[in-house]
Amino acid sequence: MSEVDLRIPFRERADKALQDGFLQQALTIATTKFIDLQREAFGEFPEGDALRDRARSIKEATLQRLDYYVEQLVENVERLGGHVHFATTPEDARRIVLDIASRTGARMAVKSKSMATEEIHLNEALEAAGVSPVETDLGEYIIQLAHERPSHIIAPAIHKTKGQVAELFARELGRPDVPADPEVLTAIARVELREKFLQADMGITGANFAVADTGTVVLVTNEGNGRMVTTLPRVHVAVMGVEKVIPSMTDLAVFLAILAKSATGQKLSVYTTLVRGPRRPAELEGPDEFHLVLLDNGRIDQISGTLREALYCLRCGACLNVCPVYRNIGGHAYGHTYPGPIGILLTAMLNGPGSVKDLAHASSLCGACADACPVRIDIPRMLIELRKEVEEKKIAPWSERVVFGALGWLLRHPRLFRLSAPVARALQRPFVRGGRIVRLPFFLGEWTRTRDLPPVAPATFSEWWASRTERTR
Amino acid sequence: MADAPVRAALMITCLGDMLYPDVGVAIVRLLEKLGVTVEFPRGQTCCGLPLFNSGYHAEARELAERLVTIFRDAPYVVVPSGSCAWMVKHEVPGLLKDTPLAADALRLAAKSYELSQFLVRVLGKTSFTGRVRGRVTYHDSCHLLRGLHESATPREILANLEGVELVELPGHDECCGFGGSFAVRLPEVSTAILDKKLANVEATGATCVVACDAGCLMQMSGGLTRRKSPVRAVHLAELLEDAR
Repeated sequence: MSEVDLRIPFRERADKALQDGFLQQALTIATTKFIDLQREAFGEFPEGDALRDRARSIKEATLQRLDYYVEQLVENVERLGGHVHFATTPEDARRIVLDIASRTGARMAVKSKSMATEEIHLNEALEAAGVSPVETDLGEYIIQLAHERPSHIIAPAIHKTKGQVAELFARELGRPDVPADPEVLTAIARVELREKFLQADMGITGANFAVADTGTVVLVTNEGNGRMVTTLPRVHVAVMGVEKVIPSMTDLAVFLAILAKSATGQKLSVYTTLVRGPRRPAELEGPDEFHLVLLDNGRIDQISGTLREALYCLRCGACLNVCPVYRNIGGHAYGHTYPGPIGILLTAMLNGPGSVKDLAHASSLCGACADACPVRIDIPRMLIELRKEVEEKKIAPWSERVVFGALGWLLRHPRLFRLSAPVARALQRPFVRGGRIVRLPFFLGEWTRTRDLPPVAPATFSEWWASRTERTR
Repeated sequence: MADAPVRAALMITCLGDMLYPDVGVAIVRLLEKLGVTVEFPRGQTCCGLPLFNSGYHAEARELAERLVTIFRDAPYVVVPSGSCAWMVKHEVPGLLKDTPLAADALRLAAKSYELSQFLVRVLGKTSFTGRVRGRVTYHDSCHLLRGLHESATPREILANLEGVELVELPGHDECCGFGGSFAVRLPEVSTAILDKKLANVEATGATCVVACDAGCLMQMSGGLTRRKSPVRAVHLAELLEDAR
């Protein structure tokens, strides 16, 4: 699996993405399409706004009594014959899944798309233990063939053009003459995967929701692979962030009404799979064993932390599609499991604020993310909080802290602030061409490399006002 | 609005004072023509937004205290930039809560208006004579649009402006890539966002792109003059001559 080299500064990773013509083409097409579809879906759905408020309040109310709902969920899953496991760390979660695999003699696991299993790097652990993981979501299948990681929460191969996918299939599947036609490519994947579904011993999924009062694990998919993963193999393991529990089926209806609209602009996704424990006697389909792994990995700490609202996240990816930074650099440049605006918050949740000292600034704070979010997570606000944490814990570089400290000091001294105008006018003189500042030294050169800057005016407004008051006196 | 004379203080903002004095002068002249008594309280520097957004909240709080004190006696405060107006209305009260200035901060938030909002929502003026002719387009500044939820007042003014044809900007609600220190922390990304914005601006065939925020104007005009574009980025106030 190719990993992003985090020793390369974020700015350089982003710049590399900007230079990648294929990536730029793929990103523009896909994010523009997603934005249009999302707007259209909510445009035709006047109840949408009220349902978003409702969804947000359900998430908040659930967090307030998370222990109660988790207990209820566990009780109900066990009553249905399933097993529930708690994982505090990614290591715990991997060990739980590997133990199940070894006890049941699993050699192959088919997987439905799951960010939680990406987060715990499950595939590598399975491979190392002699269990071959097979991704069955088309996008995940593509990136598994390419030995990459998802670059988008719901569209993992969004960074690839269809031409690149055709080349990849030709190379990795040993098929000559693969056309760059999505339908043909899908048909090829379908044939390849059908065998795997039949051979697999284990099915691994994530979960979009888990309903506490019925013990139902809910999967929202579009390709039907989720159904095969949850019904064909002998064992089904669902790995889920602990915050994904919701109280009731009535609540589920609220989320389903807005999730697909936010994610792909669909009214509903094609498949909504409700899993209630393993196969019962006299049932024809379903696994012998059902396991639910509840993952903490930094989430529980944030119930009382600055990132609490990020626990509302439905993982729809809407904030990525509208983010001007994501739209220009794609997901891989971020360097972590979850990209985009919400990804920065989730990265901080999983790895601490130190891990986002640069990423916290990978946003113009334009607010498009908060606007697009189906549960109205105030992402810009939390990015500011992260920046504050990075500053207060002195993780920010000293040079930056000196600059901002000096700026703050100057702005507290109005007389010096006024005096800075004539000083700046003298200093800027060598850099002005045709009434514009065209280059500047130090960090200000980062501005003037691509943009002009207006010079400090011959008379500032304060100076104009003072002279005017003088005249009228 | 009643005919009683309106008194308003201008919050010039740091960029407005140093880099865009013409905008401030235009606002003063326009408001005076509209019968507003304009005041310019002494000691103004900056609303603290650059410090606040970068996480320097202790420093931002000290500026918030100054702000609240400086504008305490003003019945209205007019702010030429949507982002500074957002700072005053949304963040200053939060910074000063649990301090002796908490109530003053809330009062300041309530009486502060971004310029176009002040013209339309307080003074009830939407028809003006203009200083330019021809086609213009309008860029929604992020803080005015999503922070203050205002997209109507600037458009209302521009659509009624004498001799001006307002055309919608494709991607009008997309960021210009400024984002304060973002513009110099990640200049390549900031410029890539700007390039898309300017391509949209140029595609409208407008002679100028209008915005109500000094940050966006700095970014967009910086890109426009660098690429030697004939299109100008201008503040709304620069287009308005008088009421009509």
